[in-house]
Amino acid sequence: MKKIFLLSVCSAILLSLAACGNSSSGENGEVIVYNWGEYLDPEAIALFEEETGIKVIYDEFETNEIMYPKVEAGATEYDVICPSDYMIQKMLENDLLAELNFDNLPNAKANIGASYWEQSKEFDPENKYSVPYCWGTVGILYNKTMVDGTIDSWSVLWDEKYKDNILMQDSVRDAFMVGLKLNGFSMNSVDAGELETAKNSLIEQKPLVQAYVVDQVRDKMIGNEAAIGVIYSGEAIYTQRENPDLEYVIPKEGTNVWIDSWVIPKNAPNKENGEKFIDFMCRPEIALMNFEYITYSTPNDAARALIEDDDIRNSTIAFPDLSQYQNLETFQYLGEDADRLYNDLWKEIKSE
Amino acid sequence: MKNSRLKLLSSPYIVWAVIFIIVPLGMVFYYGLTDKTGAFTLDNIMAMMSEEHAKALWISLGLSLLSTAVCFFLAYPLAMILAHMNVNQHSFIVLIFILPMWMNFLLRTLAWQTLLEKTGVINNILSFFHLPALNIINTPYAIVLGMVYNFLPFMVLPIYNALVKIDPNVVNAAKDLGANNIQTFFKITLPLSIPGIISGITMVFIPALTTFVISKLLGGSKILLIGNVIEEEFTQAGNWHLGSGLSIVLMIFILINMAASAIFDKDGEGGLL
Repeated sequence: MKKIFLLSVCSAILLSLAACGNSSSGENGEVIVYNWGEYLDPEAIALFEEETGIKVIYDEFETNEIMYPKVEAGATEYDVICPSDYMIQKMLENDLLAELNFDNLPNAKANIGASYWEQSKEFDPENKYSVPYCWGTVGILYNKTMVDGTIDSWSVLWDEKYKDNILMQDSVRDAFMVGLKLNGFSMNSVDAGELETAKNSLIEQKPLVQAYVVDQVRDKMIGNEAAIGVIYSGEAIYTQRENPDLEYVIPKEGTNVWIDSWVIPKNAPNKENGEKFIDFMCRPEIALMNFEYITYSTPNDAARALIEDDDIRNSTIAFPDLSQYQNLETFQYLGEDADRLYNDLWKEIKSE
Repeated sequence: MKNSRLKLLSSPYIVWAVIFIIVPLGMVFYYGLTDKTGAFTLDNIMAMMSEEHAKALWISLGLSLLSTAVCFFLAYPLAMILAHMNVNQHSFIVLIFILPMWMNFLLRTLAWQTLLEKTGVINNILSFFHLPALNIINTPYAIVLGMVYNFLPFMVLPIYNALVKIDPNVVNAAKDLGANNIQTFFKITLPLSIPGIISGITMVFIPALTTFVISKLLGGSKILLIGNVIEEEFTQAGNWHLGSGLSIVLMIFILINMAASAIFDKDGEGGLL
């Protein structure tokens, strides 16, 4: 009797497990997406699943550097990934990406603005591997009530007046971008002397810095915790919505113009579903939904035309006229030796 | 018969230990002792001697020793008070003490950030009473505070366990023989609680030495601890070989600590619970 009971319990467990296994993949298969944290409206995923019957398995990463080894090792086989410009270049150089079939991507072809395809050529020379998803600049976010004079230069981050009121980015390339641009160098510099100069500037700046943070710039600036912070333009719109005293500016020495794009890795098990997912995200109304949710600038011209609020549609933060600014650059992958050099110098700054 | 049944019962744990302890440790040693081409090298170990790494290690050792000391001086009187309470009361107090540990460690540390910030809760209260502001966020003091707060229960509980195990007759005998309270404490209570103290020190010192979250959240990433160096090698720099090599060096400190506790705690009395 006891044995029969045990057996029935076991089989019940097995059956329910099997049932779970079935329900976890949709009627038309699945697509495994690897995206930045908080970088997509969850509602868009629900709509995609409803329409296509493809189950979305969604995974998030915090930095390009965390994403890369997981994809390289092939521990998880993703179908769609959303890396940044220089990381796409690195993945291309290491032959990790699959060529996209643009016949399956009509919305991408029709809706993404020509200038973004042009800019993508910096890391994807023939526009064969990537579809732009978000873009933006890096600049200075400041609190109008806590600063005086005009803020238009990176040099304000070295102003003694704002000691303990400055938030810097806690990532190697972003921090060095500021140090290099301040000294008038390219942010893709691999020149040891230029990097040494930038390092010394950043060391000189350290006593003035309140904290090195990544995502927390947003919350700290909203909470009036600091006067000046280095921030991604996409976060700036959100912070202004929460705290009207905040203002965003692109410094005159130039800055980083970045693009995050959808790519499909070579080992993707469901490439066609991946393309369906990318194309779905390029539909104007879906792109608009995502833009309103994450507030990062969309390269989707059709979606931008749908924005009802004039202030947002013509916002110089979300959609700056890049021709007005000088020395704008996009990050490039600099190779392993340069990566090592950057990291060593960064460690020297941090341990100072 | 009995032996084979014991083996059967322990097999899940053995499988667990192999998969989640032995294999990862082996991988740490493999990565730590090889370079990118897979050739044997000691460079990753010797890298600890470089200026930045050595400095990070010293700061980590200093801050974690300080936190351990603070924890000890806070925990010992508390453990004594708990041990002298009657059963109903003390289980309630112990519960209150353990309750915060049920909350996520990261959340509690983030809460301290909100409390200590320039415009945070504590400074708002201070300014309401026209008292000077407390500016310890993003300094080593905030890191020590975070360590003490997070790891204090790990010091209290083993000491408390050691203290309740002391036979009251031993203490009474000392008093009968004319020892005053101070003498009783230093000659009887303290020596008998050493296993608990050692266990507490181990359980505070090791997590404090290896933490990287506390220095990130409360130190504003301005103070580089050895835990941060290792974390960044894995997540930012992508140099697993160097990260593993530095971890091996850190393991030496942990082994020294464990060897010390093994010498003092021969009977394994100082277990956490």
